[in-house]
Amino acid sequence: MTETIQKINIVIVLAPLLAAIIAGLFGRKIGRAGAHWVTNIGVAISFVLSLVVYNHLVSNGAEAINQSVYTWLISDGIRFEIGFLIDNLTAMMMVVVTFVSLMVHIYTIGYMKDDPGYQRFFSYISLFTFSMLMLVMANNFLQLFFGWEAVGLVSYLLIGFWYKKETAIYANLKAFLVNRVGDFGFLLGIAAVLMYFNTLDYAAVFSNVEMHKDLTASLIPGTEWNVITVICILLFIGAMGKSAQVPLHVWLPDSMEGPTPISALIHAATMVTAGIYMVARMSPLYEYSETALSFVLVIGAITALFMGFLGLIQNDIKRVVAYSTLSQLGYMTVALGASAYAAGIFHLMTHAFFKALLFLAAGSVIIAMHHEQDIRKMGGLKKYLPITWITSLIGSLALIGAPGFAGFYSKDSIIEAVGLSNLPGSGFAYACVLMGVFVTALYSFRMYFLVFHGKERMDEHTRSHLHEPSKVVTVPLILLAIPSVLAGAVMVGDMSFGNYFGEAIFVLPQHDVLAELAKDFDGWFSMIIHGMTMPPFWLALGGVLTAWFLYLVKPELPGKIKANFNWLYTLLDNKYYADIFNDWFFAGGTRGIGRNLWQFGDVKIIDGFMVNGTARTIGWFSSMIRHVQSGYLYHYAFAMIFGLLLLFGLFVLD
Amino acid sequence: MFSDLPLLSLIIWLPIFGGLLVLVNGDDRGLFKSRSLSLVIALATFILSIPLYTQFDSGTHLMQFQELSPWISTFNINYHLGVDGISVPLILLTTFTTVLVVIAGWEVIKFKPSQYMAAFLIMEGLMNGVFASLDSILFYVFWEAMLIPMFIVIGVWGGANRVYATIKFFLYTFLGSVFMLIALIYMYYQADSFAILDFHNLQIGITAQILIFLAFLIAFAVKVPMFPVHTWLPDAHVEAPTGGSVILAAIMLKMGAYGFLRFSLPIVPDASHELDWLMITLSLIAVVYIGFVALAQQDMKKLIAYSSIAHMGFVTLGFFIVYAIYNNTGSYSGAIMGIEGGIVQMISHGLVSGAMFLCVGVMYDRMHSRQIGDYGGVVNTMPIFAAFMVFFAMANAGLPGTSGFVGEFMVILAAFKANFWFAFLAATTLILGAAYTLWMVKRVIFGDVSNDNVAKLTDINNREFLILGVLAVGVLALGIYPAPLLEVMHATVANLVEHIAVSKL
Repeated sequence: MTETIQKINIVIVLAPLLAAIIAGLFGRKIGRAGAHWVTNIGVAISFVLSLVVYNHLVSNGAEAINQSVYTWLISDGIRFEIGFLIDNLTAMMMVVVTFVSLMVHIYTIGYMKDDPGYQRFFSYISLFTFSMLMLVMANNFLQLFFGWEAVGLVSYLLIGFWYKKETAIYANLKAFLVNRVGDFGFLLGIAAVLMYFNTLDYAAVFSNVEMHKDLTASLIPGTEWNVITVICILLFIGAMGKSAQVPLHVWLPDSMEGPTPISALIHAATMVTAGIYMVARMSPLYEYSETALSFVLVIGAITALFMGFLGLIQNDIKRVVAYSTLSQLGYMTVALGASAYAAGIFHLMTHAFFKALLFLAAGSVIIAMHHEQDIRKMGGLKKYLPITWITSLIGSLALIGAPGFAGFYSKDSIIEAVGLSNLPGSGFAYACVLMGVFVTALYSFRMYFLVFHGKERMDEHTRSHLHEPSKVVTVPLILLAIPSVLAGAVMVGDMSFGNYFGEAIFVLPQHDVLAELAKDFDGWFSMIIHGMTMPPFWLALGGVLTAWFLYLVKPELPGKIKANFNWLYTLLDNKYYADIFNDWFFAGGTRGIGRNLWQFGDVKIIDGFMVNGTARTIGWFSSMIRHVQSGYLYHYAFAMIFGLLLLFGLFVLD
Repeated sequence: MFSDLPLLSLIIWLPIFGGLLVLVNGDDRGLFKSRSLSLVIALATFILSIPLYTQFDSGTHLMQFQELSPWISTFNINYHLGVDGISVPLILLTTFTTVLVVIAGWEVIKFKPSQYMAAFLIMEGLMNGVFASLDSILFYVFWEAMLIPMFIVIGVWGGANRVYATIKFFLYTFLGSVFMLIALIYMYYQADSFAILDFHNLQIGITAQILIFLAFLIAFAVKVPMFPVHTWLPDAHVEAPTGGSVILAAIMLKMGAYGFLRFSLPIVPDASHELDWLMITLSLIAVVYIGFVALAQQDMKKLIAYSSIAHMGFVTLGFFIVYAIYNNTGSYSGAIMGIEGGIVQMISHGLVSGAMFLCVGVMYDRMHSRQIGDYGGVVNTMPIFAAFMVFFAMANAGLPGTSGFVGEFMVILAAFKANFWFAFLAATTLILGAAYTLWMVKRVIFGDVSNDNVAKLTDINNREFLILGVLAVGVLALGIYPAPLLEVMHATVANLVEHIAVSKL
């Protein structure tokens, strides 16, 4: 059986790759329908086979598979392999990735139907699916990095998909470069792993962590750094880039320049959660560094709350969802920091469903509105787009953690776990995630009310054309709405409080907050009852009611608040000035340094002074010497006589 | 079938005499079509070079395919050829690139095409000679002779400012080589032989070692080029025709690095140890400083030239962190990875920078401009070309899955063992490399059509597609499965590290 599964794993990865190659290279030959069929089938194969693998591992409880596919290279006796580690964590990720990807593939048929780059788009998203699978299925750091960068590449290509748009090609360059800043840390982390563990294979590294836990290195002479802490923080810098944690979050909102399906797939459900997945995968390392965990915790908490604030004032429907994604990624990161890896991954999964749903629903609204994205120009869409409306409502409820919905279980697990954590920074983190609940509810329902309820603010022409998009758009919405409701209740017992992940996630007993919580857990239903007595529920309810009051009951009020708190609005509107600062300091500074080094170093000093200066000196010297050879006979005669006199003089003086 | 042939002599002299034949044959009045004849010769040389890989015994570090006959017996100078795991990949790169260059010049070069082709064929033979020579005088002759065809290529088919560029190129590289000759003669008096392998076994005092090291350094650093003797390269590239740029970037830059492996490290290991701080510093300056400088370029060829210098910084870094690794960790484990990473980087850079220059060439042939500002939105009119350009740009930025990643990755891993900060500075290329490459791509390829000239562009033809396609396959293959390339060099590099770990004082 294991051998069959190993073969299946290879097919799971190759099916979308092959589809991407066919759609990409032969797009013109196979036509539009050919391209969407081949890629949809490719991803569907992956999805079905992922279910088989999932069933084998999770349902039948088979042992984890650690398989080598081929040896990438050998150097210095170290084998760099391409291979798969398939355990429950991987299996779950494979199912989530291929399921969301399949939904997005189907949805794209409708969303992109008039786009001239149809085949190219399908090729990219299938390539993305391949890359993401390589990332989650890796059994070593090299392949992890390969997948890590490959998803970055596809993200780059897709954000800039509409390459004529100046904003899009600005955003994709920015996304790539900011991610490269993260990868810079990530790669150094990998180098550190190789240096101290002499292998990049997960299993070999993880089994030796304990031996190395007290090892130190002096990075700056005279100071000692714990090696595990250094490794963990370096790797986490990578996660900060990919999972858009403050201060490397700046690329994600801009990535909304890409077509909506990829916002759902890449910039909400899958790629941006790679960092979360990576840290959870590395739990055997992170557990041995409380410093790193605290760092993770604080960064996550800042992201969760402060990115949520920014969602409050956005008017672009996609940007609201984008900031909500940032904030939710912060929640997942907080969970990792609190050693509640399982809860973080659980939230990753539920978030993948409801956030993909929200994005695709937003896309459906955008199509209906003829590519209008400003929520101030919407309103009352409920009656025109019933399916989009109801699925959006489900998605929003799941997002704010309404009891019973998927997000409720995962988010409450996180919040309670953080409450129990004793790490430095956990108090701050707890406050942030609690406040975050209110903020999440407020911005989510602000958007929901502005889009679907209240006055119809669009122009007459748009209104007369409003209608629900075709089935390929609505069916994925419905299919995503189902797990957005159910996934939490079904999985919470196993994932948050059970032993779902088995050996895949490692937690030291003194950090195991989830085990603590598990003692009080008895079933998904009593968790609802319990949840209603807890602060997050009331905070969420408060957020919804505030949104209702502000945007439906007294719609003139937000304007007044804005006028009264202008400084705050300006601060939020400028996104804490992060973009302006980065543009000025990093982008401008780097260009400035480049220009100056070139003009001063290369042009002036090396070429001007040293190279051409030498040439000039030689030239000047020869021009002086030249005067000696004047060609006049009497000059030479004079020189001869003078020389003779000199020699005679010397003799005489002797 | 090839085992009895003197393969190395063939791949040196076939293109040289073939080139002369092309020259004699003339442009169009001769017996053969000069282009077809050149292609046949280049292809034949390439095919003859393949057995060097397939029949190579990767189990030994000893020189293979050796040929030895006396040349100037008074001074014990021999016609001695042979290759090991370091030179074989470089020779293959040379023969492969020459084929592409011949095809790339096919209909683009209208002025004296036969002389153009002949220059490249002769250059190919001379470059193969450099990589295959085991006698230092033979090496020196090839090394110097190689400058002449390149000088002619830039001087005749080059751009407006070609005279300045050729003189700078020639003087720079020539000046460097003279010092090397002095060092070679000094060692001849010690070893009573000009054989490179005899030099490897010389016992030399530290002062002499340092002087020899510096002499070699001047010669090789100019070729690589290393900071601060790099400024000839951007000028040479800018003025050179596309083919010249490709050969310059893909092969000529590798000769300096090859020299470090063949001469500096094994002959004067103690001096290399003593001065490794200098080499590491210069390498890191190349990566960081040049990375910044590349960002400021407005001329595409200059940008790629600077990017070449930065990439070559990885090569020299990989070679000279050997001793730092030992000092830091107490063992030479990791040293092999550094050197092998450097060699992989050489091969990869040959493919990637060659491809980048060809891409610029494709655009230049249509627009007659290399200025980034003259372009914008090329993807709209040349979608297939744009796909290639973006792909090679990604390889240039070291994306995993392309060859550009492999060498950098290995060198960074090795550098970490030497010193955290070496790796830290080297890894900035992840950001800088992506920044200068992709920013250029953004300004040239993406965006709406920026002007009428861009609107009139036509996509690449079959010939251009073939060249870029072959290179893309190579870049991808090396990125996905670099093991076969590494296989060839393991024994040689392992022996090299063993050799240079032993003091010669």
